[in-house]
Amino acid sequence: MAQNTTMDREYGDPSTATDPIIEMRNAKVTYDNGESYVLDDVSVSIERNEVVGVVGESGSGKSMLASAMLDAIPDPGRLSGEVLYHRPDGTTIDVLELSDEELRQFRWEEVAMVFQGAMSSFNPTMKIGGHFKETLKAHDAHVTEGLEFARELLSDLYLDPDRVLDSYPHELSGGMTQRALIALSLVLEPDVLVMDEPTAALDLLMQRSILMLLQELQEKYDLTMVFITHDLPLVAALADRMAVMYAFDLIEVAPRDQLIGDSGHPYTRALLNSTPNLDAPLEEMRAIEGQSPAPINVPSGCSYAPRCPLATEECRDVDPDFYDTGAGHSTACHRWEEARESITLNFEATDPTATGADSGGDR
Amino acid sequence: MSHPDTREATATAQDEEPLVSLDNVEVHFEKEQGFFEFFEEPDVVRAVDGISLDIEENDVLALVGESGCGKSTLGKTSIGLQRPTGGSVRYRGQDIWEAKDGRGDVDIPFDEIRSSLQIIHQDPGSSLNPNQKIVEILSQPIKLTHPEVGLSERRERIFSLLERVGMNPASDFADRYPHQLSGGEKQRVALSRALLMNPDLILADEAISALDVSLRVEMMDLMLDLQEDFNTSFVFISHDLSNARYFAEHGDGRIGVMYLGELVEVGPAEDLIENPGHPYTNVLRWATPDLALDSAGASEPPMRKIDIPDPVNPPSGCRFHTRCPEAREACQAAAPALRGPEGGHKSACFRGDPDHEYWDSPVLED
Repeated sequence: MAQNTTMDREYGDPSTATDPIIEMRNAKVTYDNGESYVLDDVSVSIERNEVVGVVGESGSGKSMLASAMLDAIPDPGRLSGEVLYHRPDGTTIDVLELSDEELRQFRWEEVAMVFQGAMSSFNPTMKIGGHFKETLKAHDAHVTEGLEFARELLSDLYLDPDRVLDSYPHELSGGMTQRALIALSLVLEPDVLVMDEPTAALDLLMQRSILMLLQELQEKYDLTMVFITHDLPLVAALADRMAVMYAFDLIEVAPRDQLIGDSGHPYTRALLNSTPNLDAPLEEMRAIEGQSPAPINVPSGCSYAPRCPLATEECRDVDPDFYDTGAGHSTACHRWEEARESITLNFEATDPTATGADSGGDR
Repeated sequence: MSHPDTREATATAQDEEPLVSLDNVEVHFEKEQGFFEFFEEPDVVRAVDGISLDIEENDVLALVGESGCGKSTLGKTSIGLQRPTGGSVRYRGQDIWEAKDGRGDVDIPFDEIRSSLQIIHQDPGSSLNPNQKIVEILSQPIKLTHPEVGLSERRERIFSLLERVGMNPASDFADRYPHQLSGGEKQRVALSRALLMNPDLILADEAISALDVSLRVEMMDLMLDLQEDFNTSFVFISHDLSNARYFAEHGDGRIGVMYLGELVEVGPAEDLIENPGHPYTNVLRWATPDLALDSAGASEPPMRKIDIPDPVNPPSGCRFHTRCPEAREACQAAAPALRGPEGGHKSACFRGDPDHEYWDSPVLED
């Protein structure tokens, strides 16, 4: 197991983490013997006990980023680079150097993952309770104590433990299955929970309810969470820090309020403006022109340049590094100052009168 | 409805009738039973329970609600794909199911009704035949409606429509198979296929939900553009209030909110969102992601329970009373009717009536 306690910042890491729990450096995922990149040299740090929201379109490589944190890239993809995990006791492990057995223990006990589509994560012929027992046994945990904890987790998620443990997955609604899956992922008390579209395919009301429950779990169990989604406003309700992916690389990382109110990347600003929103003036809502690139022909220079209204020769020739664009705010754009000035956001990020959070009370 | 005798009278009656009119529609499904329960009363799921609604020419109606609230069943009933177990569905005054069964005086044949009411499904991938090229898929409706049109003219029409829905150049796309298209492109093909039938009403059943957030606005804009070009009405089903608002407000239409098979609020989009009359509409507002930072925190929901009750045994009285933060004992006893100005903003909540006994009854405790 590789020990590494140095904390150098020479990897183009856009974050300013002081107590990182996961550090990813120059992570690359290639398919077809290096012909196509689906994760292109990504460096990012996850702070202990923070909630990071990773946002990107379908095919931007966001699921690869999640899988890379657990060295769980599906074959025949190849992951290179460095993924460091800092244990709470101060030791550090390099996830990519772990043996198969060490990796098996690392996953779920230290970093757990929730995939989208809870129905396909559960075995349809086994009761929910069976999944908990199987997981506890596979990781040599105490089954009775573990089940006791499972009941607590299920109650935390507003589920009836007796009913849920004694049900087959198809007997529960989509929202209940997804919550049971979150409880299952936490049963071995991991420190980090990585979630890949955990609320996709659920209706909005259930998505929002699950988000509220995740926030309660995060506070109760001091979890670090990485929440991956295509739905920017959804994760904005939960995240402390947000990262935006475009064409297999991160393009902007910032604290939540900064990213929404003062983003410096033209893509982030376009993404914010294309989001249907209850308060935005309708005529200003815009779709993003053009299409994102495929993994085999990512343009040289900035990958967003072909769609970007501000692109210049420099953008087409030189792939931008991260610029420091504010406190804890990094933007990979040569023209971030201009983007802030010339691309206006179509909603009021800070005006409290525009939120309407309490409307409907005055009847 | 009376059956006019002469052709002229029929024509005027048709002009005055709404495009589609639902009257007290009920759709009840019987749950499948096991062998040993053979002699017991079957469980009945009340997917749609007593809904009356008119859809006019060039109208937009957005239906919102949770999974399992019956919005898809109501949508399918309104375009004659689902036979109601009670009440009636009329197309320009003609009862759709009487036309289907050949009962009574049939003024409009069922085939004509069938082709006038079209649907776009949620998953464009499984609604397009994977073994047919796009041009073949789009030829079918023309062959059906205009059998006299020749091959070259058919191709020409398909190409111009493909270009109209933003698939440029059409010759690039026409000879592809569905799996060679992106999700947004497949949905455009599905939309084109529906439009080729020259329909009066298209049901878009969660038609944009499977698309990326950044593509949804584009797809809605396209549907609204085409609505103007083709004079089509839309019933737009979504679980996302912000999409429903975008679509309904741009199309100058209404939003209808459904809960457990009932329509609990309906009204002009802007007014319904600004002044929700039903506590459930307020819950949907809470659930809608908002970029305004003050409300971005995951606040407590304005409801008492997260899960929707079992539709087999819906709660008594107002069906929302088990989750409603404002519920009082009066809500358990009686179900509020939909009230409000004709054709305006209506809601089914006792709180809309300042003189109701609700205000004197004790608050419900869990």
